[in-house]
Amino acid sequence: MAKTPSPQELSKINHEPSNDGWMEMPVDFRPGTWCYSGKASALETLELPNPREWQPTDEDWKLPDNWETIIYEGFRERLKKFRSLKIFMDTCVRCGACADKCHFFLGSGDPKNMPVLRAELLRSVYRKDFTTAGKILGKLAGARKLTKDVLKEWFYYFYQCTECRRCSVFCPYGIDTAEVTMMARELLHLVGVNINWVLEPAAKCFTTGNHLGLLPHTFKDSIESLCEDIEDVTGIHIDVPLNKKGADVLFITPSADVFADPGIYTFMGYLLLFEHIGLNYTMSTYASEGGNFGLFTNNETMKKLNSKMYAEAKRLGVKWILGGECGHMWRVVHQYMDTMNGPADFLEVPKSPITGTVFENAASTKMVHITEFTADLIKHGKLKFDPRRNDHRHVTFHDSCNPARAMGLFEEPRYIIKQVCNNFHEMPENTIREQTFCCGSGTGLNTDEYMEMRMRGGLPRASAVKHVHQKHGVDLLSCICAIDRATLSTLMQYWVPAVEVSGVHELVGNALIMEGENERTTDLRDEPLEGMEDDE
Amino acid sequence: MKLKSCLKEKRATILERWYQAIIDTYPSESAKHFNNQDPFANPVGFTISDTIGFLYDSLLREEDTEEEIAQALDSMVRIRAVQDFSPSQAVAFVFQLKKVIRAELSGVIDSEKVSEEWGRFEERIDRLALVSFDVYMKCREKIYELRTHEFKSRAWRLLERANMVGVISEESSPNC
Ligand code: SF4
Ligand code: SF4
Repeated sequence: MAKTPSPQELSKINHEPSNDGWMEMPVDFRPGTWCYSGKASALETLELPNPREWQPTDEDWKLPDNWETIIYEGFRERLKKFRSLKIFMDTCVRCGACADKCHFFLGSGDPKNMPVLRAELLRSVYRKDFTTAGKILGKLAGARKLTKDVLKEWFYYFYQCTECRRCSVFCPYGIDTAEVTMMARELLHLVGVNINWVLEPAAKCFTTGNHLGLLPHTFKDSIESLCEDIEDVTGIHIDVPLNKKGADVLFITPSADVFADPGIYTFMGYLLLFEHIGLNYTMSTYASEGGNFGLFTNNETMKKLNSKMYAEAKRLGVKWILGGECGHMWRVVHQYMDTMNGPADFLEVPKSPITGTVFENAASTKMVHITEFTADLIKHGKLKFDPRRNDHRHVTFHDSCNPARAMGLFEEPRYIIKQVCNNFHEMPENTIREQTFCCGSGTGLNTDEYMEMRMRGGLPRASAVKHVHQKHGVDLLSCICAIDRATLSTLMQYWVPAVEVSGVHELVGNALIMEGENERTTDLRDEPLEGMEDDE
Repeated sequence: MKLKSCLKEKRATILERWYQAIIDTYPSESAKHFNNQDPFANPVGFTISDTIGFLYDSLLREEDTEEEIAQALDSMVRIRAVQDFSPSQAVAFVFQLKKVIRAELSGVIDSEKVSEEWGRFEERIDRLALVSFDVYMKCREKIYELRTHEFKSRAWRLLERANMVGVISEESSPNC
């Protein structure tokens, strides 16, 4: 057995990393920092190329023989199709303004997690193959050949980007590394290199309409059981209309709201709200998913998965669509839906049946965010609240990347929280609104085998939460994203265990005074309310 | 007491060097970005300087309990426990303090008069290293616990048992 070194000897070991340039450093597939590969069955369902059994730690990734040509052609096609990609490849001046803005870089200290270097992984190959200087000067012009090691590096680092777009806020040229990542992932798909946590949900969505693979009767059963929980807490009986034709509004939310803790409490909040105002709405067992893991796959998959929203709205003959608290669903709706599947001329420009407000901002997509809808109801005095029912909580708000940076939704959720809660505290300025820090697990990286990386990526967010926890006693982190509700819960358990996570409409549901309700003694989680506990 | 007063006098320089030695465990392209001391824009750099300042004073104070020391070490070790370090690399920063002090106070330490005091001080650093290893292990256990917890609590697993899900596969499914 080797002799245990003495502390003196230990102190002499060199712990400094090698000084080789980044191009020479091969990827080390350390457990906890990469995700399992896409399963052949999921690739087949999605009609993606090269379905096979493999794992990133295998030496041989079983790539097609002509994989270089496939990537080269795919790159060329995309440079032609997406002008933004060409601009992002050509424009970066390497000023470094984005370098320390990525949560994965801040948490890991790995230089290839700097957005500028992440994009450079692709750009270096672009230079080699698509620029004259790169072709002639090679490495001197920052160019390099596409090899299997480079491909492995792409896989590693483009699945260490949550496409959160924080870096783009700081880039003087508006270079959006998230879009570079999207393109890199598309290229990797061409040779069958991808992760299961994105593909399997997308495949399930293809066959059942939602990421969890829930069949209609299961979806219905779950909603009914949540209605029973609502009745236990409030005494109010609610029947949720499913696939009802001719309703005013089709309500679509992430399937996690119907199934996963703590999203279910947010869902209970939505239902109480609809009941409170007597909304003529329906849900669909086919458009039973707001999320769209196609966004993390490729354009075609995103488009297909998104199209069912309009298809259902048409089939059911509703006037417009109301969307729940999801993050990336709103990126798709706000930035891509209209171009991909619009215009939805068969729908009406959304108008609140309660207040008469016309949502001009949604005139084209015909889809309204629930916090806009609720904030409008509050503004018009249509909701009755008792905010004391949230007094047992000290709340802060996490701006989820997509609603914040992809649609600029900052005020409505805050306005609602302040109406339904008495204790609200903001996190530091440079960690909220446009500058918000990602949960570290978005874009389909919320899987358990990736835990170390998720904890690194979530460190900046958690540090700000820890600050308000210590300073103001914050114990509830609210947000408007289903991925956040799941992943921030885990993140908090590691970094700030005293803090729980909720959606905004859970707080609304707690505070809403329903006609004919029982006196509330607990919140929607069945936890006793301060000063209102049951005496029995 | 002579050593202690030198250590107090040289506090700023020693901490600066210690900080640098720790920052140097990160790749050089990254290290320079850790000098920003905004706790939110740079949680890693801030936590390191905050923690080592406390630890240094604690070594001189000689009155903190093991629990208090563990608490002080927590934020920094918690970070290193999820970064690209082996267990020994993750806690090696404690031993680096010896190296730094030796370099900074070589004349003082080599003198006969303080050798006993230095020996005792070194022992306290070793104790710190042991505590940091305990903290490290707790963090790693937490990671595994979180993994298992997520895996188990996946709604679809329960549904699978109830035979209620249409498309099911063995090892994975989303939770949103
Ligand atoms: S989009 Fe987000 S995760 Fe990706 S490089 Fe930029 S800051 Fe990092
Ligand atoms: S901020 Fe923009 S131009 Fe500057 S290095 Fe980053 S991507 Fe390049």
